[in-house]
Amino acid sequence: MAIVDFIVHRYNYLTAIVLMMIGLYIVISRGNLVKKIVGLNIFQTSVFIYYISIGKIFGGTAPIIIGGHGEEHAEPAAEDSALSTIDDQSAAIEDRIAALELAEGPHAPPQGSPQPEQTLGDALRAPPAGEAPPPVASLHADPRELPDTGSVKPAPEDPFVIAPPSTNDSMVAIPPPGTPDSYSIVPPEHVADALHHAAGVVYSNPLPHVLILTAIVVGVATTAVGLAIAVRIREAYGTVEEDELEAADDISEFGEDYAKMQEASA
Amino acid sequence: MTHFLAQLPVLPVIIPFIAGALAVLMPKGRPAWAWATFFSWLTFFACAAVLNEVATNGVISYHLGDWAPPIGIEYRIDLANALVLTLVSGVAAVVFPFAYESVRTEVDERQTPFFYAAMLICLTGMLGVTITGDAFNVFVFLEIASLSSYALVAMGGRSDRRALTSAFTYLVMGTIGATFFVIGLGLLYQATGTLNMADLHAKLVASEHPRVVEAGFAFILVGIGLKLAMFPMHLWLPNAYTYAPSVVSAFIAATSTKVAVYVLVRFLYTIFGLDFAFFNAIFTYVLLPLGLIGMFVASIVAVFQEDVKRMLAYSSVAQIGYMLLGLSFATTKGLTAALVHLLNHGLMKGALFMSVACVVLRLSEHRCRAFDGLATRMPLTTWAFILSGLSLIGVPGTVGFISKWYLVEASFEAGKAWAAFLVVASSLIALIYIGRIIELMVMRDPPATGAMAAPIREAPWSMLIPMWILVAANIYFGVQTDITAGLASDAAAALMRGGR
Repeated sequence: MAIVDFIVHRYNYLTAIVLMMIGLYIVISRGNLVKKIVGLNIFQTSVFIYYISIGKIFGGTAPIIIGGHGEEHAEPAAEDSALSTIDDQSAAIEDRIAALELAEGPHAPPQGSPQPEQTLGDALRAPPAGEAPPPVASLHADPRELPDTGSVKPAPEDPFVIAPPSTNDSMVAIPPPGTPDSYSIVPPEHVADALHHAAGVVYSNPLPHVLILTAIVVGVATTAVGLAIAVRIREAYGTVEEDELEAADDISEFGEDYAKMQEASA
Repeated sequence: MTHFLAQLPVLPVIIPFIAGALAVLMPKGRPAWAWATFFSWLTFFACAAVLNEVATNGVISYHLGDWAPPIGIEYRIDLANALVLTLVSGVAAVVFPFAYESVRTEVDERQTPFFYAAMLICLTGMLGVTITGDAFNVFVFLEIASLSSYALVAMGGRSDRRALTSAFTYLVMGTIGATFFVIGLGLLYQATGTLNMADLHAKLVASEHPRVVEAGFAFILVGIGLKLAMFPMHLWLPNAYTYAPSVVSAFIAATSTKVAVYVLVRFLYTIFGLDFAFFNAIFTYVLLPLGLIGMFVASIVAVFQEDVKRMLAYSSVAQIGYMLLGLSFATTKGLTAALVHLLNHGLMKGALFMSVACVVLRLSEHRCRAFDGLATRMPLTTWAFILSGLSLIGVPGTVGFISKWYLVEASFEAGKAWAAFLVVASSLIALIYIGRIIELMVMRDPPATGAMAAPIREAPWSMLIPMWILVAANIYFGVQTDITAGLASDAAAALMRGGR
């Protein structure tokens, strides 16, 4: 049945929504301050799950470059596993970078790539952070010229088929972090071909991972501050139940008679 | 020197950040305060230099760590940014020297290093939200500012334990808002694959997933609406502003909601752009009615408050309503009015809360009965309150008049003349609640018996001078509007053009 398929194939979004609503309900309905914080945590967990699910690339491995880029003959993964020490591995990476420099031919940037002078090897070799800062005038960027090499196009949506979670295939379109001023986005199909041909490895996109970690840290900090305030409230009021706190606050605000009036009418 | 100047755009964030981290190590009391004040002044100079740079040379684009956008985080500073930066750091530069005496009475001396550290980190967060050109970076800095605000509000627990419950409510609501914001960001990221603001704009326009984008926008609007105290989501604000330490009220009231309004402007105009089809509906059916309801309901509630800080807090909710009204017109004049009011309201509320802080210092009370006959007992404080109160009402010669003028002009230009009448009507309600306090201060006799009858002196000079600087700014920028209104209209024009 199409509807059941529709629901089942989007289980990740449904999980996030259910958790979100459970968390919010707990925050609103539970009067104990600690339970409210727990509800907030569940609410935030739904966000983590949502981010994880949209960042998932099936068959993707950890986003750590396996042994350098582009070996026209060897399988990098196989060779890497044979090297046990860090020195050996870095030597192997150097070798591969040298091989890449020499073997410009098969690894010349694909047609239409707007990165003419930069090889991946260069990029790996010379981190840009060491350059002298530009003079003040260059603080002011020219009006940004947007690349016309085509934006990242997510796969067309057939509503009753699972959309590949990696609709942000931006992983393959993103130039490696070492390339300064290369703002342009390479068409995904070219770079994907080059990378797949060269390394045969599919990496997960590290950016959602980073976003989730940030959100987790923020959530932990919020929980800590919230619980610290709850501890102080316990010291000051003698309770962490919301209705008792409200009653105490009403007494402070309006006096004892008001509290008695409230009780009489309740 | 060139190296230093090349890094200018990151200084407004780095200076208070490192100073805040190190403030914890300062000896308690005066050294902690002096450390915080010195670095708040440095930050203000950095922000003024940035504003000068942007006003003369155009948009600044700074790549954090030299990583190129859209992968790297970019600080993109145009006029709108730079003005809000200057406002926030300017308010900080005035409030921090003001804080010494007030904090000495309200915060335990052993906690002062942490207090000033939290203030500096709050400043960092707000400046970071304003300066960044990366959408997720906004969330990070927003949470930095919010978490330190929760702690700062809770510091008022020593004077009144209701500060603790207020801080807890603020925390819960603020976190829900921020989490909605991050969900919206996730939806936008899923639709486009990028987080850089300029890149988002390019990709959102061409997006093939309009419903994901709309859902993302809805979440972001609700999340940011909570942070800026848009009408139904303002419930955290009155308690938080009332029971926080006086200095914290002055600082946060003048800055935090303004920064959230700036974020809304940035999302509406730079990231999404006015071309989005559903924006017409959002402006007409969400921002406009909620702005109007906020203006009236909050003003009317303010009239009946016994506690002056709570009255000013409800007044803040009403003033946010004005800014949303200006935004909802979707015209350059409307946007200018919103930005001008953003700047001016920071000045007005800062001065008002600072004068209440002076009263609290001397009388330990911020309810109406503390203001009886204040004109004879604390004349300078009284006149500071009166002048900034008149500014809030919108009397000609003050900044409040300038922002009301721009709002009325924008209403007429947008074809909504009835909105102009409503703006004036709610200013009359402001006249009532400010007028009440002025009447108490000027016309009543000072209390003859009771705890507050003891003779008191005027507030100390360390508090009077910064407060009067802000009051003078209220008057000066009400007459000489080149910097506030002039730059704000340039900023609005740039934003309407799609920003660059």
